[in-house]
Amino acid sequence: MATLIKNAKIINDSWQRLDWTADGSLPSVPASGDVLVPLRLWQGLADELLGRSTGKLGLWLESDEDPVLIADSLEAFCVIAVNFPQFTDGRGYSTARLLRERYGWKGELRAIGDIQRDQLYYLSRCGFDSFLLNDGLDAKDALLAFNDFSEAYQTSVERPVPLFRRREKEAA
Amino acid sequence: MYLYDEIDQRLVDERVAQFRGQTRRFLAGELSEDNFRPLRLQNGLYIQRFAPMLRVAIPYGLLSSRQLRALAHIARKWDRGYGHFSTRQNIQYNWPKLEDVPEILAHLASVQMHAIQTSGNCIRNTTSDHFAGIAPDEIVDPLVWCELIRQWSTFHPEFAFLPRKFKIAVSGAEQDRAAIQVHDIGLQAVRGANNEIGFRVLVGGGLGRTPIIGTVIRDFLPWPHLLTYLDAILRVYNRFGRRDNKYKARIKILVKELTPEEFRKQVDAEWAHLKDGPGKLTAAEVSRIETRFTRPQYQSLDALSVQYTQALARERGFANWAGRNVHPHKVPGYAAVTLSLKKTGIPPGDATADQMDAVADLADRYSFGELRVSHEQNLVLSDVRQSDLHALWLEAKLLGLATPNIGLITNIIACPGGDFCSLANAKSIPVAEAIQRRFDDLDYQHDIGELDLNISGCMNSCGHHHVGHIGILGVDKQGAEFYQISIGGSQGNAASLGKVIGPSFAQDEVPDVIEKLIETYLKHRDSESEKFIDVVRRIGVTPFKEHVYGNPDQKRENHQRQLAAA
Repeated sequence: MATLIKNAKIINDSWQRLDWTADGSLPSVPASGDVLVPLRLWQGLADELLGRSTGKLGLWLESDEDPVLIADSLEAFCVIAVNFPQFTDGRGYSTARLLRERYGWKGELRAIGDIQRDQLYYLSRCGFDSFLLNDGLDAKDALLAFNDFSEAYQTSVERPVPLFRRREKEAA
Repeated sequence: MYLYDEIDQRLVDERVAQFRGQTRRFLAGELSEDNFRPLRLQNGLYIQRFAPMLRVAIPYGLLSSRQLRALAHIARKWDRGYGHFSTRQNIQYNWPKLEDVPEILAHLASVQMHAIQTSGNCIRNTTSDHFAGIAPDEIVDPLVWCELIRQWSTFHPEFAFLPRKFKIAVSGAEQDRAAIQVHDIGLQAVRGANNEIGFRVLVGGGLGRTPIIGTVIRDFLPWPHLLTYLDAILRVYNRFGRRDNKYKARIKILVKELTPEEFRKQVDAEWAHLKDGPGKLTAAEVSRIETRFTRPQYQSLDALSVQYTQALARERGFANWAGRNVHPHKVPGYAAVTLSLKKTGIPPGDATADQMDAVADLADRYSFGELRVSHEQNLVLSDVRQSDLHALWLEAKLLGLATPNIGLITNIIACPGGDFCSLANAKSIPVAEAIQRRFDDLDYQHDIGELDLNISGCMNSCGHHHVGHIGILGVDKQGAEFYQISIGGSQGNAASLGKVIGPSFAQDEVPDVIEKLIETYLKHRDSESEKFIDVVRRIGVTPFKEHVYGNPDQKRENHQRQLAAA
């Protein structure tokens, strides 16, 4: 089973990710439990999803889906996840920064899909705080990746003020 | 030289530790080949035809003698005693062992060097003018801006997995020596109305399969906005660049498909959010970087050294060399010197460990311990007193580094080609050598005058064949190595892309074809001062083509003769 890292701790994952069915149709929504739904499902069935009596609602975006599409409904979700169909598809890094820095998402931001230890550092700097690791990865070992680097030059969600401005402040 | 501070050093050291771990996990089978590939590539490590190839970054081509000695040491200890300087002002080693690479990176870090982002789909080593900081035609010294971009691009968390590789070049002079029109982003530093520094921003240039000259999307970007504007361009590219086809994934395709106007609109819309945020540069930061650069302490000298002019008059060989390999300097009494890595019989850009050590000594004695790597794959001593030029020439000659061919036909740019590279369709090095041998006569070379001849072993165009006055491209024709020849390409301010002259040739035919192109040029030039490229521009490709392939009448005759013989 895949391991969830949240806020740099290994925890149990309560969320069920709903995905497209094999014939390309939308999945049905279980009556209870925490569900992570694809964007199209939210767009088509928002009322039904909000009307569920038990279980929390989360939403996941595909790597090519524009986060502006949910910018006005962020309060409906307990989790937003961004899918990485492949390790090398880097669009989700921009998606995360937009959600955090432009649209003001403060809740859990989860990286799902092809998530390996060696992306964790960059993902966390772009604003992800939870990570559903690929099967078979040593999660304890993966935790070490957050400390790969002790500083960074750029602005990021993790450190909004870039190194040069922090240096100037220190020097002042 | 830019000197690292404690944080710059720590980051490079941490990178070594990170890659050591990744290599260990790969060798232990915990990391698959597919998952290791992007990680090793972002540390410059390819798996090539015979062995891994390690590409070491030489940021904007600037190198200290101490660093060059470290590169020599690496060549000797972990490779086969030589290295290859590339068109991205980097150095490549062709024979390291995978398991040794972490050690090599650690050695590089000990002299403030690294192999970070020298490959992979990320922001690559920023390149610049090899005469940065010393060129008489310089408007803005690009080195400080290059270093700011180096830091901004190093481990940029958002842009490590772009659709494709991304290359930035910066020029600060009137003459563009950094090929900014054929980069993903080209930056031309300029001065505004009140002498303030800004950048003309070009995007979407590039060579490769679809060669395109970049488009200006902003005429004057005030310097405080440099990094936020780059962020905006990269974000638009990262989100919307094509990922479905690797041959259409470069930013040039996105710019073309959207149109440059629409691309600029999207960048501006993105930039509006970032422009006045914390990423906006400060004067304090620019001056902090500036002060971390060591600058030569020049003596005050006469504009023209008497010793130098006397030696020029006395020795023709020296004058020939000075005419080609010595370049003007903004400080009176100084000159820049190109040490040619294009001696006939040596693969273009290759230098042995002994040569590197010797050049480091020359740099210490004649050029404040600093040197440059040019994108034409030569080494440049940037700050030599004119009065020392003769002594330097004598020493360089003994080292085989004084071939007086800069700007001439034998100063060939060539990629490693099929001898080393697993992407290549055809070999480059033997073709370069055959052409060098054909034109080895110096008087003939000088008579032909300025001519850039560039060779790439495949469409990836590492040998910049599109912008050679004569370009040679290795192609695969039913499993055999053939060469397609183009003319009329050019780098610099009047950058243009060459036109293919016709069907391709077998390897042994290439020198004859080049000879025919040269004959056509010599026949048509109006004077010795009309260069090859100018003649191509004036009379077009047809006369060249006809001399190479024969005109339609000759072709018909040939055909009939063949029929009669059959």
